[in-house]
Amino acid sequence: MSPGLAITLVYVGYALAVLLTFGAVLTWVERKQAALMSDRIGANRAYLRIPFTNVKLIWLGLFHGMADGLKLLLKEDFKPVTYDKLGYVLGPWLAFTPVVLVFAVIPFGGVLDPGRLFPSLADWFGGRTYPMQIAPLDAGLLVVFAFGGIAIIGAMLAGWSSSNKFSMLGALRAGSQMISYELVMGLTVIGLILIYGTVDLNAIVQQQSGTLLGFLPAWGIFYQPFAAILFLTAGIAENKRIPFDLPEAESELISGYFTEYSAMKQGMFMLSEFIEIAIIAALFTTLFLGGYNLPWLTDAGFVFPGGGTLALAHGWVVVIQLLTFLGKVFLLCSLQILIRWTLPRFRWDQLLSFAWRFLLPLSIANLAVTALAVWALQ
Amino acid sequence: MSSRKPYVRKRYWNEPEMGWYERAYFFEVWRGMRITGGVFLANLWKFMTGRKGALTAYYPEETRADYAAHNRGKHILTQRPDGRPQCVACNMCATVCPAQVIEIDAAFDPDDPTHPRYPSRFEIDYSRCVFCGLCVEACPEDAIRMVKETPDLPGFDRDRMWLRQEELLNWQPRQDVAKPYPVAGAGRTVGAP
Repeated sequence: MSPGLAITLVYVGYALAVLLTFGAVLTWVERKQAALMSDRIGANRAYLRIPFTNVKLIWLGLFHGMADGLKLLLKEDFKPVTYDKLGYVLGPWLAFTPVVLVFAVIPFGGVLDPGRLFPSLADWFGGRTYPMQIAPLDAGLLVVFAFGGIAIIGAMLAGWSSSNKFSMLGALRAGSQMISYELVMGLTVIGLILIYGTVDLNAIVQQQSGTLLGFLPAWGIFYQPFAAILFLTAGIAENKRIPFDLPEAESELISGYFTEYSAMKQGMFMLSEFIEIAIIAALFTTLFLGGYNLPWLTDAGFVFPGGGTLALAHGWVVVIQLLTFLGKVFLLCSLQILIRWTLPRFRWDQLLSFAWRFLLPLSIANLAVTALAVWALQ
Repeated sequence: MSSRKPYVRKRYWNEPEMGWYERAYFFEVWRGMRITGGVFLANLWKFMTGRKGALTAYYPEETRADYAAHNRGKHILTQRPDGRPQCVACNMCATVCPAQVIEIDAAFDPDDPTHPRYPSRFEIDYSRCVFCGLCVEACPEDAIRMVKETPDLPGFDRDRMWLRQEELLNWQPRQDVAKPYPVAGAGRTVGAP
């Protein structure tokens, strides 16, 4: 096995572990945060009993996610009589896979020098360094949008092949909504591409490592505050969550395009929704919050503006960068859940006119101003 | 073809007027999120400092403090000084009970001439009891009363929601009971022929 392959496999394992953990923990966070926001206690009844004792582990209801997963796995996998068995089976996978794959191009840490972490393996690695990113692609941002486009097919296919009119309506809504907001998302990001001059996500994050005006971290959100708000809005709409949950509006469409799905197939739609929360948070972190960058943290340790330095070993720098990224992602997930439990749902015409008559002109205006500023500064 | 007037939506007197500030949406979103986020952070802080940041109660574990002063949630059977029930198994409470939840088996005790009739079984089905207190009204012997506490009943099985005679007799004289409990030798003789 070549060192590069080994490192990539470790990254893939880390990414899958992080994403699935986020998917599971966010169900708990959503319940508990919603409860705290509305002066309730939240789910706290599921427990794990230590065998042969009467000790029940409740742990603030963390095991509710486990109970849900077990229930979804053990339930009857009811299949409707449908004319398109293949599409029906393919739907959840097409909704789930692209969401997970997006994480491949997101840099979740700085540069890893495994030879310095494991001196006994230094000869094998031969001093090579690896950016902490599964696929260091030049076209990183384009890959994100490509996979975002595939996720639309998953929702459409699921609705179309269910042979249920509610699913059909949900799929139509999902398709038009996701296409509209994909446009807004793309146009907001172009402003960032103009500023950074690249679509390589790792290069974008590296350009956000300095400081702005001496005290602000040089994060994208300070260059493009409008784009940040628009991106988050479009991201939540992409994820089809409240206030944009028209495709699965339960009071109108039962549960939209996955009405006819049960057991783990439905669970995959739910899981992909929760993972996509984390993915949107990770993308937002990468583009607007400096990714794994902490202010004044360099590869050698902290270098404070006053002239003080704090040298750190390579291992500590890597750990701090990983934790910084995860912390930012978690805070943004919490923000998305806050939005989801605060805002009421749009009406369908409001949803589309919001995208086409409000967000799209705003993003174009943002793009024009950015282009003028970049042109004037050159 | 008839000429139809174009549809004009009715304007209500209390229809909200939205200016550009409300229509811009993001400002109002920000205001709403400040409110909910403030509640969330306040409750999170309460939770992290060990206080309860919720209006709801853990039901079986926690007794609500705001039960009414005259709330009566549990029956007791009053006792004679020797600990045997005051009840003479006349079945009046079971007869008057609108939910028909009281079941009594009467028995005869020849060794106790002043009180030969006694209930060998006295059970109340709390899954159906409506807590109307008519049994207390009907009782000629002041043998059944209701007290303020609530029985520890939540369970997964309806059959477990019966309170049996031992539990109904297992009470401590409480200060919230206005009348004194019957004492032997005081007042009328109960069950005298």
